[in-house]
Amino acid sequence: MSDMAATRDGYGQALLEMAGDEKVVVLEADLGKSTKSVIFRKAHPERTISCGIGEQNMMLIGAGLASSGYKPFASTFAIFTERGFEQVRNGIARPNLAVHICGSHGGTHTGTDGGSAQSIEDLAIYRTLPNMTVMHPSDYLSAMSLTKQCLGLSGPSYMRTARNKTIKLYSDESEITIGKANILRHGDAVAIIACGVLVGESLEAAEALAAEGIEAMVLDMHTLKPLDNEAINRAVDTCGCLVTAEDHSVIGGLGGAVAEYVCANQPVPLEMVGVKDRFGESAQSDEMLEMMGLTSKHIAAAARRAIQRKENN
Amino acid sequence: MAEDCSISELEAKASRCRGEILRMTHRASAGHPGGSLSETDILVALYATKMRVDPANPKWPDRDRFILSKGHASPGMYAILEEQGFISKEDLKSYRVMGGTCQGHVDMKWTPGVDFSAGSLGMGLSYGIGCALAARFDGSERNAYVMLGDGEIQEGSVWEAAMAAAHHELGNLKVFVDCNRIQNDDFVENQMRMFDIAAKWESFGWAVREIDGHNMQEILDALDWFDGVGNKPAVIVANTVKGKGVSFMENNPAFHGAAPNDEQLGQGLAELGLIQ
Ligand SMILES: Cc1ncc(C[n+]2csc(CCOP(=O)(O)OP(=O)(O)O)c2C)c(N)n1
Ligand SMILES: [Mg+2]
Repeated sequence: MSDMAATRDGYGQALLEMAGDEKVVVLEADLGKSTKSVIFRKAHPERTISCGIGEQNMMLIGAGLASSGYKPFASTFAIFTERGFEQVRNGIARPNLAVHICGSHGGTHTGTDGGSAQSIEDLAIYRTLPNMTVMHPSDYLSAMSLTKQCLGLSGPSYMRTARNKTIKLYSDESEITIGKANILRHGDAVAIIACGVLVGESLEAAEALAAEGIEAMVLDMHTLKPLDNEAINRAVDTCGCLVTAEDHSVIGGLGGAVAEYVCANQPVPLEMVGVKDRFGESAQSDEMLEMMGLTSKHIAAAARRAIQRKENN
Repeated sequence: MAEDCSISELEAKASRCRGEILRMTHRASAGHPGGSLSETDILVALYATKMRVDPANPKWPDRDRFILSKGHASPGMYAILEEQGFISKEDLKSYRVMGGTCQGHVDMKWTPGVDFSAGSLGMGLSYGIGCALAARFDGSERNAYVMLGDGEIQEGSVWEAAMAAAHHELGNLKVFVDCNRIQNDDFVENQMRMFDIAAKWESFGWAVREIDGHNMQEILDALDWFDGVGNKPAVIVANTVKGKGVSFMENNPAFHGAAPNDEQLGQGLAELGLIQ
């Protein structure tokens, strides 16, 4: 058994498993083989709609379908969903139509395709839209579970998946719920709140910290919106300082979301691990994480800084 | 600067470029050979006989511009830039390598001779309009050339640009559509039928010429035709073969975005007559 799998495969598999609901339709923009909606297309070509290389078109076709009682799941690369951003804003989010958008290949982890393909702002922009649920699962099973739960949403959603395989963190028994963070590790010195690819890195960082006698709590904040404020409150109460970790710009993403909440409620030292206001470039995934300062080593260093600041207070 | 080249010299240059495309994607174990191989003959003819550029001064303000809008087909671009002396053979080895001159998708900040950072389809034609308008403001004779893919022209933004170019009578805007009949997932026919591509451009007010995009003489004639179209923007609709020159890549959607393995590299180079 492999303990590695890609979240995009979890998305594709979920589509297939939802096919029993005849209202589920899948929209593609010439990247079905990459986003993995091809898994659904192979079994249900009649319910798979090719929109050509036309992301703006795809978003609004989804809106029309949703308004007519269908349950559209539209996918392309995270970066190319952004081509249709205003269509999503005015055609989907404003009328609150339940179109479910999946942006695959998000983040710098995407690798050698380079800066033009590495979306580092998708979570930030979709988070600004009223009615939108925004998710970024960390592993195969949680991606599958969260995708299926979209059927229970009354409004639109955006989910970022990743291109490359990541470690499996959950089992079939795990409870994964939209809007509820999962505590993957308990600790009281610092709470690391992470999403996506960096959840695995955060667990590694926690191991390294434990070797120094520092017990870190690790939260998988797979849903950025609605943010699990209660989980943040508990993390703040228990640990008194926070680290956020994401393969995304430090502006407006998970770090931004947590900072907005914590500053307005219970200010504590917060260190943000993320892409520091720059674009990516071509390199292998592990090289990118290193270049952008997103590895377990960087997360552990941020944790030590957060603890230091707490102690200085 | 433009050279005088015989057809056989151009064809030999094209074969060398194709060889480099295979080597680059093979080394990187990634990249887009199919659309690079289909555009190669046009790039070779254009750079060897028409482009007013200076490899020693790649930012020369009055140079012709070439915009590879289908920016994933970057190995084709890097190969011709190396042939023309903009970059070195060593640079070709940096394709998709950290810190390398040759990024995964063409990037004007990284590679001398690249005029537009692409990778997101449907952007280059509008950018070309900007370059063509600037040339007009400057009172310059320089041209803006744009290479589009036949899947790429499904993007609505391409047709916004097509309309604007004709409206503004940009005779210095010269476009190629690489009609290799394949896009990412599958054949164009299965993904989004384009019907009569030439007729579409014509109805948008463009001068249109259809050619065999692998026939060097037809390409040269069409490049000369570009120069005589007057104040209309002009497009060459080039019928091409995706993966041209390498039997197992030809007309094979699998090689849109997959690299050759060791054995395939050897076979490809042999078919191109580059090794025994
Ligand atoms: C806006 C946008 N959407 C999707 C993609 C992903 N993509 C990369 S290449 C490609 C297919 C391009 O087909 P075509 O234009 O025919 O290029 P060629 O056959 O010459 O390689 C797609 C869909 C992209 N790069 N940009
Ligand atoms: Mg094509």
